[in-house]
Amino acid sequence: MIKNSAVEMAKALNSKEISSVELTQAHLDQISKVDTDVHAFLHVDSEGALAQARDVDARRKAGEKLAPLAGVPLALKDVLVQKGIPTTCGSKMLEGWRPPYDSTVVSRLKDNGIIILGKTNMDEFAMGSSTENSAYGPTHNPWDLTRIPGGSGGGSSAALAAFEAPLAIGTDTGGSIRQPAAVTGTVGVKPTYGGVSRYGLVAFSSSLDQAGPCARTVLDAAYLHEAIGGYDRMDSTSINAPIPPVVEAAKNGNVKGMKIGVIKELQGDGYQPGVLKLFNQSLDLLASLGAEIVEVSCKYFDYALAAYYLIAPSECSSNLARFDAMRYGIRVGEGSAEEVMNATRQQGFGREVKRRIILGTYALSSGYYDAYYGSAQKVRTLISRDFEAAFSKADVLVSPTAPTTAFKIGEKANDPIAMYLNDIATIPTNLAGIGGMSIPAGLADEDGLPAGFQIMAPAMKDDRMYQVGSALEAALLSQWGKPILDNAPSLGAR
Amino acid sequence: MALTYDDVIAKYEPVLGLEVHVELGTESKMFCGCNTVFGAEPNTQTCPICLGLPGSLPVVNAKAIEYTIAIGLALNCSIAPYSRFARKNYFYPDMPKNFQTSQYDEPICTNGYLDVTVDTEEGPREFRIEIERVHMEEDTGKSLHMGGSTGRIHGADYSLLDYNRAGIPLVEIVTKVVTGTGKYAPEVARAYVSELRDILRGLGVSDVKMEQGSLRCDANVSLRLIGGDKLGTRSETKNVNSLRSVERAVRGEMIRHAELLNKGERVIQETRHFHEDTGLTTPGRSKEQAEDYRYFPEPDLVPVAPSSEMIEKIRATLPEKPSVRRKKLQEAWQVPDKEMAAMINADVLDLVEATVKLGADPTRARGWWLGEIARIANERGIGAAEMPITPADVAEIVSLITSGELTDKLARQVIEGVINGEGRPAEIIEKRGIKVVSDDSALMAAIEKAIAAQPDVAEKVRKGHVPAAGALIGAVMKETKGQADAAKVRELLLKHLGQA
Repeated sequence: MIKNSAVEMAKALNSKEISSVELTQAHLDQISKVDTDVHAFLHVDSEGALAQARDVDARRKAGEKLAPLAGVPLALKDVLVQKGIPTTCGSKMLEGWRPPYDSTVVSRLKDNGIIILGKTNMDEFAMGSSTENSAYGPTHNPWDLTRIPGGSGGGSSAALAAFEAPLAIGTDTGGSIRQPAAVTGTVGVKPTYGGVSRYGLVAFSSSLDQAGPCARTVLDAAYLHEAIGGYDRMDSTSINAPIPPVVEAAKNGNVKGMKIGVIKELQGDGYQPGVLKLFNQSLDLLASLGAEIVEVSCKYFDYALAAYYLIAPSECSSNLARFDAMRYGIRVGEGSAEEVMNATRQQGFGREVKRRIILGTYALSSGYYDAYYGSAQKVRTLISRDFEAAFSKADVLVSPTAPTTAFKIGEKANDPIAMYLNDIATIPTNLAGIGGMSIPAGLADEDGLPAGFQIMAPAMKDDRMYQVGSALEAALLSQWGKPILDNAPSLGAR
Repeated sequence: MALTYDDVIAKYEPVLGLEVHVELGTESKMFCGCNTVFGAEPNTQTCPICLGLPGSLPVVNAKAIEYTIAIGLALNCSIAPYSRFARKNYFYPDMPKNFQTSQYDEPICTNGYLDVTVDTEEGPREFRIEIERVHMEEDTGKSLHMGGSTGRIHGADYSLLDYNRAGIPLVEIVTKVVTGTGKYAPEVARAYVSELRDILRGLGVSDVKMEQGSLRCDANVSLRLIGGDKLGTRSETKNVNSLRSVERAVRGEMIRHAELLNKGERVIQETRHFHEDTGLTTPGRSKEQAEDYRYFPEPDLVPVAPSSEMIEKIRATLPEKPSVRRKKLQEAWQVPDKEMAAMINADVLDLVEATVKLGADPTRARGWWLGEIARIANERGIGAAEMPITPADVAEIVSLITSGELTDKLARQVIEGVINGEGRPAEIIEKRGIKVVSDDSALMAAIEKAIAAQPDVAEKVRKGHVPAAGALIGAVMKETKGQADAAKVRELLLKHLGQA
């Protein structure tokens, strides 16, 4: 059962073939079995999950009409607060902190009867592309335990690939949902900015952060998207409009007559040949399904990475200022408040976080603001215009999700620029605030590891990603004859 | 030898800049639903948002925006069709997020003015104070530094933090540089804060209590040589918390600056703390090096873009200006300029108006508030409005005087009783047995007794020397323990002695 899709699990729950308690226990057992190797979880809330499952079972038994995913378990990225449950953001800074409130995403999960198994590992404060920056040690890719599962949401994607959970929540600031999905052979969606509430999402870069669904199928992701999405008055930047019809779109995958734009700037140099080959095969498949493939150019994308690495650190330097040992989290040192703050921040933050705080502090300082933060905001506008122009020629835009398959743990740990380049294809959508989805495109020739196919849609047209994604997913599945994860080695056999 | 104020103004011209922070009287905080009641138990009016807990997000209080627009309109400002919040980044333990959500280069109101009138030797003179900007921001929490001698963070053993105030909506009103006030600079500063306070009170946007900190004034003062064109270095005196202190702080800083400059020393650019007891300031934080607050637009909030309909709707609800209102009151009450100024100065205009509204005679109402009550308030070092006596009490007392049931002297006893918390006027009259002796026969008996005691005086009066009657009237008043109406006694006495 744990290898099934969430929709299949929901069906089994509805037909009372299985109870939520049984389903939850099966996943807790799998976590016990494999997580020593994978290290997807930072905290497993067995008791809370089982209590929630018992409640859902009781309500189902009482004949209550439940939400579509009621009783299905989920893994939550440790950057979203859940009342009473440790939330660390992968940082020593917040060790021991139990938030006194639920994030809106968590409230909605609970309202939907979705069972929260625990909190997943991540790069510290979501800064990274490999989960190596977690203060609690890296997560290992279930496809090859010596490799990274992507980041920052590597824990969530690895949990899916290792069948520890059928659903997960990620957050995506520059690709942290999509790149881990790509390198683990799973599905990850960054909704339109404002599509899912950020209330209770510990901020890295407020204008870029977006929570979204992670799953093993496009339809599962759509149901989860519908469960967590929509307007929230607690988040001023949340969009007050109905959720795009993502489930309907995922059920009716069809690309006939659609124009699919290939972004010229997101291929070529720096992309692994096997990854590009899979991308082109997917394009051929979409063409064979009746889509029209057009090439578009977004010339300002060349500046996207530079702009991102000014805006995100600038916002992070301010967002992370609150971690000062005065109210919560760890406290180190003695003496004046200032001395305690200094000592705590020195010890509590890891290298990458410090690097970005310093970068951002510099970029915002007077005399440099215009040249750095100001210019980056202008680039951001130009990238949005590039997207607008491209969307006037195509219904969706596509690219490989990440330039390579999963690299070895430690391989890029001392080369921040090489690490940052992982997100070259995912960052533009965050800067423009539009949606992006990654689905598995197959296994690369060189290493037999999964690569992702990215689909981007205009703001609040998220349904188009699901429409194209499910069509391509179905076509690929019929080619492969079995789900991609069936190719992954089985874990915990030792 | 210490300089006198006259020495200062003979040589220097003061240049002012005033920053006023006003806590808005909204029911909830700027970015969350927490209560804003003053004086609650520490840290009981807090939530994840105003504590800046990880993950929490702000949502703007619409009422605070309406209030700010109303303030801008009342100060003749332009209201920006698009303005943004910005983060002001600096570390301080009482600031939960270590940035203050404020406004920077896109404030909501700009370029206004406020006319104030100051009594000068040549009569009332109007000064126009130009307003640079009115912007919104959130207040910080409060730190209580324990164990040190100064109450400041340096030298303290530990500090207590109260976040009840964190996130209370503040409006900051900043003037442009104020010049041309000459020797009236302290009075102009005071008049500006006073007028601003009246406007804010009239708008109902704040309770404007300086002593509770809901209206706080920072006074920037610098001096330049008369005829010179070089501006001097300014000092910034923080949180001056009464009108009188505003005036004293400006005057004190002018003298302090002049003393330094005359000695050839330089004025240090810094904040100063004003001390109510001495009227002097002591150094605070140096501002010699500009702090870098790394302002940038607040990404968690959407821009404030009030529609012109919204602005016009607010404009239509603005009350009349305090200056117009004062003019109307002055005419209706027929008060001389000097008396009017005295009422404004003593801050009793609202109290008098309320008393008159309850039916009291304006002259009598004014007399009590400005006289007896203001005198006692002054003794206690508080404002008349803080006295435990209400316009209703005064109206009742005035009405009893008018009907002859109280004399002025007895009324003073009643006022004293009310202020001492003995009850309302009627209760005090009852309890203390205060009663005007108006019974003619009782009075006549007292008069006879007085005449018998001082026959020579009575004889003088009989012979036409009326002023001598004073001694007899005094004796009667003494005999009746002050409960008689002196006018009535005089009338009866003179009649009895054949002089009426």
